[in-house]
Amino acid sequence: MASSIHRYEQKMIRQKLADPGEILIGERDAEILWNRDHPDLPVLENIFTGLNINSLLLARPAEPYGTIIDHLARTLPDAITLKDNETRTFLHDIPVVENFTADAVIERLMGRKCVIVRDRGIVTWGAVSPEQTFVNFSSVLFSCFVKFFADHLSLSAGGRLTEEGTAAFEKAVSHLAPFPEITADLKKGPFRKEEDVYEAVSHAGKPVVRYGLVDSVMGNVSYRFHDTLYISQTGSFLDELEGAIDPCPLDNSSCAGITASSELPTHLKIVRNTPYKAVLHGHPKFAVIMSMVCEKEDKCDFAGRCHLNCPDDRTVADVPIVAGESGTGPRAIVNTVPDAVSRHGAAIVYGHGVFTAGEDDFIKPFSLLWNIEKKCREAYFRRLEMTDHHQKR
Amino acid sequence: MFGWTGRILILDLTDRKYDAACPAPEIYRDFIGGRGLGGNYLKNDITRRWDDPAMPLIFMTGPLVGTLSPTSGRMAVMSRSPLTGTTGDASVGGRFGTELKKAGWDGIIFKGRADGLTGIEIVDQDVVFTDAARFQGLSVSKIQDQLGKQGAFAAVGPAAENGVCFANIMFDGHYAAGRNGLGLVFASKNLKYVSVSGTRRIRVFDRLSLKKAREDILRLGAASPVLMGELGITRFGTAALFDLTHSRRMMPTDNFRRTFFEPAGKINAHAYHQKFGYRKTGCKGCHILCKKKGASGEILPEFEAMNHFSALLNNTDMNVVVNANRICNDMGMDAISAAGTLACCMEIQNRPLAANDIIRLLQDIAMGRGEGKALGRGAFEYAKAHGNPEAAMTVKKQELPAYDPRGACGMALGYATSTRGGCHLRSYTIGNEVLRKPVPTDRFSFAGKARIVKIAEDANAIIDSLTACKFMFFAASLEEYAKALTAVTGFPSSGQELLKTGERICYRERMMNHQNGFTDADDDLPQRFFQSPGSGTAWMGIPALSREDFMMARHAYYRIRGLDEKGRPQAWKIRELGL
Ligand code: SF4
Ligand SMILES: [Zn+2]
Repeated sequence: MASSIHRYEQKMIRQKLADPGEILIGERDAEILWNRDHPDLPVLENIFTGLNINSLLLARPAEPYGTIIDHLARTLPDAITLKDNETRTFLHDIPVVENFTADAVIERLMGRKCVIVRDRGIVTWGAVSPEQTFVNFSSVLFSCFVKFFADHLSLSAGGRLTEEGTAAFEKAVSHLAPFPEITADLKKGPFRKEEDVYEAVSHAGKPVVRYGLVDSVMGNVSYRFHDTLYISQTGSFLDELEGAIDPCPLDNSSCAGITASSELPTHLKIVRNTPYKAVLHGHPKFAVIMSMVCEKEDKCDFAGRCHLNCPDDRTVADVPIVAGESGTGPRAIVNTVPDAVSRHGAAIVYGHGVFTAGEDDFIKPFSLLWNIEKKCREAYFRRLEMTDHHQKR
Repeated sequence: MFGWTGRILILDLTDRKYDAACPAPEIYRDFIGGRGLGGNYLKNDITRRWDDPAMPLIFMTGPLVGTLSPTSGRMAVMSRSPLTGTTGDASVGGRFGTELKKAGWDGIIFKGRADGLTGIEIVDQDVVFTDAARFQGLSVSKIQDQLGKQGAFAAVGPAAENGVCFANIMFDGHYAAGRNGLGLVFASKNLKYVSVSGTRRIRVFDRLSLKKAREDILRLGAASPVLMGELGITRFGTAALFDLTHSRRMMPTDNFRRTFFEPAGKINAHAYHQKFGYRKTGCKGCHILCKKKGASGEILPEFEAMNHFSALLNNTDMNVVVNANRICNDMGMDAISAAGTLACCMEIQNRPLAANDIIRLLQDIAMGRGEGKALGRGAFEYAKAHGNPEAAMTVKKQELPAYDPRGACGMALGYATSTRGGCHLRSYTIGNEVLRKPVPTDRFSFAGKARIVKIAEDANAIIDSLTACKFMFFAASLEEYAKALTAVTGFPSSGQELLKTGERICYRERMMNHQNGFTDADDDLPQRFFQSPGSGTAWMGIPALSREDFMMARHAYYRIRGLDEKGRPQAWKIRELGL
C-alpha cells in the first residue's frame, strides 16, 4: 500500500500536475497510511471517517493549473460545469467549496468524485485504489484547462472579458511551457514478429505522455499484426503499457479483448477498412479546445448537442472534426472517426481528442498528433488576436 | 408516494387470505426496497427453520422498478436458505418485478402453508388462490405453456418438489432466483406458481431529472467495452467472460483441481454463436439484454453454467452444456450448485463423467432418484457423507462459482465473507482485479482488499435494493443512480449516503447469521486453495493462496466492518448503525 501512494505522488510530480511538497495522499485499509506528515491530516482523516472510501488526495495544482482553478472557483462559486465531452461523462461537474473543513468537503463529496476547495486545492477520492484519486485529479485539471481557454476565447469574441479574467489568462499563459520540439525515437516498421509488435505498441505510448498529448496519461494505441489487433487495455497508462496490451482477433473469435480500450471498435474499424496498421489516440488540449470553437455558437439548431449531432464539415489545422461519443451506439465515434481517418489519416473528435494512423509504424501517427496540437495551439492564439475585443486592448 | 406504490401484499397461505401492509415512508427511505426492505420482513423470523410455515418468503421490488431508470427491472427474493442456513436472497430479472409494481404492489410476503398444491394469480389489486394439483410434478416450461404469455410468473419445477437443496424459483421460464435453494422454501408452502400482471403506471417525482440521470447512465454504458462493446455482454452475454478467465488462468477446472482448461479457446462464446446462432433477450427495462437464445430458441448458458458444465467437469461437448443448462432451468435448480455437486462426486468416485452421465445424473437429482437423492443435498453434505469433506468446493455449504479464488485475492476474501455463502456477486472484485474497472488492482495481492470488499458489498446491497442490475455498474456508479433515485422518489440521496444504507443492510445480515450461530469459522475457503497452486506457467504463476495473508485480510475486514475478532456483531456498531 505504501508503495502505491508514493507511486501516484511521483506520477503527479512527473506529469507536472502538482509540485513536490504540495501533495497529500492517503490510503486506508484497516489503518490510514499517508505519504507524509502534515498539519492538514486531521481534517483529511475526518473526511475519511465521514465517507465510505479507501483513498483520498488533497493537492494544490502546479501552474498554470493553479491559476486556472483559482479563477474558475472564484467566478463559479458553487460548481464548475464542464465543456469537454470526455471528462464530463464521468465527472459531470466539479463542486466548489469555500472553507477547508471536513463537513463542507464531505457534504459535496457525498455525490461527486472531487471538490475544489477555494485557494487550497483539489480533493479527490477513490473506493478501490489511490489510482482513482490520481485519475480524478488529473481529469479535473484537464477539463478545467479546456474550459478556461475555451471560455476566454468566447468571452473575448463577445467583448465580455473582465479585467480579472484577463489577468488570470495572462498569468496562465506565462506558465505555459513552450511547445516542445520532438526527437523521434520510435522504431521503423513494419514489424514482423509478435514480440516486436508488443514492444512497438508499448514504446509508442511513451512520447505521447512525455509531450503532454494526453490527459491523465490515458489514451490508446494499437497495431494490426496479421489478423490480430494489439491494443492498449482500458484505463492503462500510456507510458506503462508493458503487460497491458490485449491481442484481439479481427474476426471477434475471442472475447479476451473485453478489457481492451473502450475505443477498440474504432481502432478495429480503421485497421479493417484501411491500409493503416498503427493507430494512436490522445487528448491534446488545444486540439480539444479548437474542436469546440464554432462561429455559430448559440445560433445553431444543435447547440448544446454539438458533440453528438454537429452536421457541418468543420476542420481545424486541415484535419476534419467529427462528432460522436465514446464506445458504441448509434452516435458513437465508431461511425464517424474511421471514415475521416481513412481519408485524412487523422480526425479530431469534437470536445474529446485526436485519432491518427500510419501504414507500418507509429512514426507518422505520432508526428501527426504532435503537429495537430502545435497547429491548434497556434490557431488558438491567432484567433484570440483576431477577436475584436482583444484588438481594442 | 412517488416511486414506491406504498403497498406490500401479505399472503397467508394457511388461511388463503391476503392483506396489504403500508410501511411508513421512513421505512422506505431507510431501507429503499429489494434486499434492504425485504430484510425488514425477515429479521424477526430468521431463527426459524426454513420449512416452518411461519418462515416468510419475500418478493421485493425497488423504487426504480417500472421507471425509465436503466436496467432497473429486477426484484429481490428472500428467506432463510435451506442450503446454507444463512439469510437467503437472490436478485432475479425477467418481467415479474415490473408487473408486480404495475399491479400496485412493492412486494409480496408469503406466509403459512397451503393445504394442497396452490397457485396464486394477481391481476392488479385482485388476488386469487387457485388449486394447482394439476401442475404437480410439471417442469417449468410445461407450466409456462399452461399459463400462457400474459404478464409474468414465478414457479418451481420438480427439483423443489423433490427436496433438492439448491432448487430455484424460476421466473418467466428461464430467469432464476438462483443460489441458496429458495425454491425449496417456495415448495414448502405448497406453492407451485404465482402469476401477476398489472396495468398501472409508476408515479415519478421529477421526470426531467430522471431523463437526465438516465442519459448520464446510458452514456457511461455506451462507453463501456465490457457492457456495450463488440466483445461485451450485450453481444456475447456473460459468456464473454469465459475467454478472460481462460487467458488469466483462473478457470475452475476438474473440481478446482486445476485452473486452466486447455480446450477452452474452442468452446468460448464465439464458438457457441457459431454453433447455435444467437438472438438477444433480457429483463424488462434493460437495453443491454445479456441473455442469449440460439436460432431455434434454446437458451444459451451464461458464464457460470458454461464454465461449470464444461471445464469444471472436464467436458468439451457444447451440446451437453446447453442441454444440462436447459435441464437445470426446466427442473428448477441452480446450475452452479448442480455442476459443483457433480464435480465433487466425480472427484470422490475418482472417475470421469461422460456426457450421458452428466445428463442422467442431473435428471436423477431433479427427480430425487437413485444417486440423485444424495447429490440433491449439495456438495457439502455429499462429500461429508462419503467421508471426504475436502472434495466439497463450498463456502458455508454453497458451491463456488466460476472464478478460481487463487486467480483473484479479492474474490477469495469476498467468497469467504459473503452473507449468503460462496457467491461471486456480493463483492465482485473481478471488476477491478480483472476487468480493470473503475481502475485495475493487483489480483494476486490481498493488500487493500479488505476495504475494497467491504465497500463493494455495501454498494451491491444497494443495487439489490434499488433494484437494479449489477452489470450496469461495470460502467455507472451509485453517484448516477442516486440521481435517478432522487428523481423517482423525491427523497434526497447521494452515492455516499446510499453506501451508508448499504452498510446497514450488510451488517443486519451478519447479525441474522450470528443469531443462527455463524462465526469466523464459517468465513473460510476450502483448504485446497491454500495448499495447492493453480495451473500457472513460467510467465503467469498461479500460486496457492497465502493462508497468513488471507487471515490478515479477513481480520482487517472484521475491523473495517465493526465486527469483533470472531466476526461477530458488536453492540456499539449496532447502535451506531441504528439497527
Ligand atoms: S444486463 Fe442482463 S441481467 Fe442485467 S438487467 Fe439486462 S438483461 Fe437483465
Ligand atoms: Zn479518448
